[in-house]
Amino acid sequence: MTLFQISEPGESAAPHEARLAAGIDLGTTNSLVATVKSGMATVLNDEQGRPLLPSIVRYLPDGTAQVGYEAGDWQAKDPRNTIVSVKRFMGRGVRDIAYGEALHGEMLPYEFVDAPGMARLRTCAGVKSPVEISAEILKAARARAEAHLGGELAGVVITVPAYFDDAQRQATRDAARLAGLNVFRLLNEPTAAAIAYGLDNAAEGIYAVYDLGGGTFDISILKLSRGVFEVLATGGDSALGGDDFDQRIFCWVLEEARLPPLSSEDARLIMVRVREAKEFLSRHDKAPITVKLSSGLTVDLTLDARTFATITENLVARTLRAVKKALRDAKLLPEEVKGVVMVGGSTRMPQVQRAVAGAFGRQPLNNLDPDKVVALGAAIQANLLVGNRTGEDWLLLDVIPLSLGLETMGGLTEKIIPRNAAIPAARAQEFTTFRDGQAAMSIHVVQGEREMVADCRSLARFELKGIPPMVAGAARIRVTFQVDADGLLSVRAREETAGVEAEVTVKPSYGLSDDEIAAMLKDSAAHAREDAQRRALKEAQVEAQRLIEATEAALREDVRLLAAEEIARIETAIARLQTLILGDNRREITLAMDDLAYETQEFARRRMDQGIQRALAGKRVEELARGAASAPPMPAEPSGAFAPSGLPAPSASEASASRPEKTT
Amino acid sequence: MSITLTEQAAQHVARYLEKRGKGLGLRLGVRTSGCSGMAYKLEFVDEAQGDDEVYESHGVKVFVDAKSLPYLDGTELDYGREGLKEGFRFNNPNIRNQCGCGESFSV
Repeated sequence: MTLFQISEPGESAAPHEARLAAGIDLGTTNSLVATVKSGMATVLNDEQGRPLLPSIVRYLPDGTAQVGYEAGDWQAKDPRNTIVSVKRFMGRGVRDIAYGEALHGEMLPYEFVDAPGMARLRTCAGVKSPVEISAEILKAARARAEAHLGGELAGVVITVPAYFDDAQRQATRDAARLAGLNVFRLLNEPTAAAIAYGLDNAAEGIYAVYDLGGGTFDISILKLSRGVFEVLATGGDSALGGDDFDQRIFCWVLEEARLPPLSSEDARLIMVRVREAKEFLSRHDKAPITVKLSSGLTVDLTLDARTFATITENLVARTLRAVKKALRDAKLLPEEVKGVVMVGGSTRMPQVQRAVAGAFGRQPLNNLDPDKVVALGAAIQANLLVGNRTGEDWLLLDVIPLSLGLETMGGLTEKIIPRNAAIPAARAQEFTTFRDGQAAMSIHVVQGEREMVADCRSLARFELKGIPPMVAGAARIRVTFQVDADGLLSVRAREETAGVEAEVTVKPSYGLSDDEIAAMLKDSAAHAREDAQRRALKEAQVEAQRLIEATEAALREDVRLLAAEEIARIETAIARLQTLILGDNRREITLAMDDLAYETQEFARRRMDQGIQRALAGKRVEELARGAASAPPMPAEPSGAFAPSGLPAPSASEASASRPEKTT
Repeated sequence: MSITLTEQAAQHVARYLEKRGKGLGLRLGVRTSGCSGMAYKLEFVDEAQGDDEVYESHGVKVFVDAKSLPYLDGTELDYGREGLKEGFRFNNPNIRNQCGCGESFSV
């Protein structure tokens, strides 16, 4: 017998056609799965009614894996094969992990194997990558969702921290693929929380997401405009969370009760009571802490809310410092924030609520379960993307944090997709060759706001080979940049006449942190003027070089059309321009170019006449073109100190070159 | 002629409506499609239609259009769970056959 959910008016799915979707909060410590049922986002519990899925995987010698509570039970007994917090290793190399260990002052019980791109772990079931381990968690999440929904998932939305870089995002996506999940999109955790509160339908403006979890603290400043959330700044402390609050109470108990050094069993017992007391204090003024120790000694204390607030004051203050820094990075004042969303179980503590309210001068949003809010937001987004609410055609979008472009002649950046463009995005632009007979073009993909490539970040390089021989400026090479819904970039170059194509998907091994992005943006603003001047100079230099090469090629070919003194005058003009190119006086270069153009006017006319006569004599134009490029094709590698010969030059036909064409 | 909700079903509907923030009640209906000829409709109601019959059950208004009514008369809508799966169940006395999954039926 089928179980039905209620649809929106007029949107009952045809039988067997209901498309199932879920949101997955793939957390460091715990994961959650949620879905939208009868219009309501709900977290899905396991058979025992527990909402959490501990992000723990244990490998067994037979190659199978246990996930969740079942695996968690083995943490102490089989640490090497029981992997916790695998999210911290996603897209990370061995060196990053060692650095993280030092930062957290801990020794991880795993045996790491260095591998290109990402560290791997040696377990009794073989060497496993963090992607494979995460896939096990996602498989368990998928099984839970499919058991609840009674069918196969059409797709999921998985949340990732806002500071996750491209490598970490790609790793998460790979894990999902391995788990047999179709990922509609990866969603930033703070954005998901904002969606759960319906802020995407709220007034445009700035929102803050304060996320205090068990072991980490994150603050994100989001800007909502036209239904699009943009992450303006992130900050936090990867070693500050609810566990630190437990530790403070634990120390207070030791002092108050004047306890002698404890056995680890007693310490664990006290810790359990301490945690209960902390949770009790979220709803009450006082919490009893009563523990009977193995020595027969009884601890009997009462912790009141005020004392709790005092002993944890500096922990809360640390979070507020990160909040202030994030606001400063975003160049915002607390008053400009329209709403504050609370995420993470630790935000239940009243002193945290008070402090956040004080810092922003407004009550934070806290009426949803802070442990579930990210998963709920992901579920709402998944429900939208699966197309269950066809009535609304808006989709929540993320934006590109830094412009994407490529290097053109002279080391200049040509921006193809500007920063803050909504993703998914695709733009194409046409480029042309710089030299006669240029057979290859090297495409250098960069990210950043600066005019010079050297000041931007290099993402990838590839070569388009097999360009048919043509005179400089005749080839039409269409370069398409495409950013998919997860922010992954692919670049395709296509030579239009011969149809040769080359493509690259950019999976930078390490992306940019938000701090780096902010720094790059600041740089670009600071250098805007100077950059513009440098760009104009470079453009003049490139143009001058092109003119010289074209003239020299023509001379080689048709020198017989000129008298000796004409040749001398042209050569003088070339030499003068050649010298000026090396300098930095743009005006002089432009004037010298005009001179050279003037000296070659008559030459150009004679060549044209001759061309027409040849054509009339029955020769095919293609043969002429081939004749003109009989020199060997120019290599794609830079051949001189100044001019990397193979780089694309902006197309001569300005109209098509300067106006990026939208393809989607 | 009547259509009813069980108390449990009514509670869930009321909760969903409250969460949704709008809506007059619940619409039950049938339409012709599916592997066995007919399929159920279960939707929120924002606007009543001209030919709607309206029933009230445990405080929840149930709307059924005149065309669907003969196929649904006597139906009791229940809420239940099977394993991890939860949702609404049509207990419809008019059904003769239904497809294996129960999403469509014939009368």
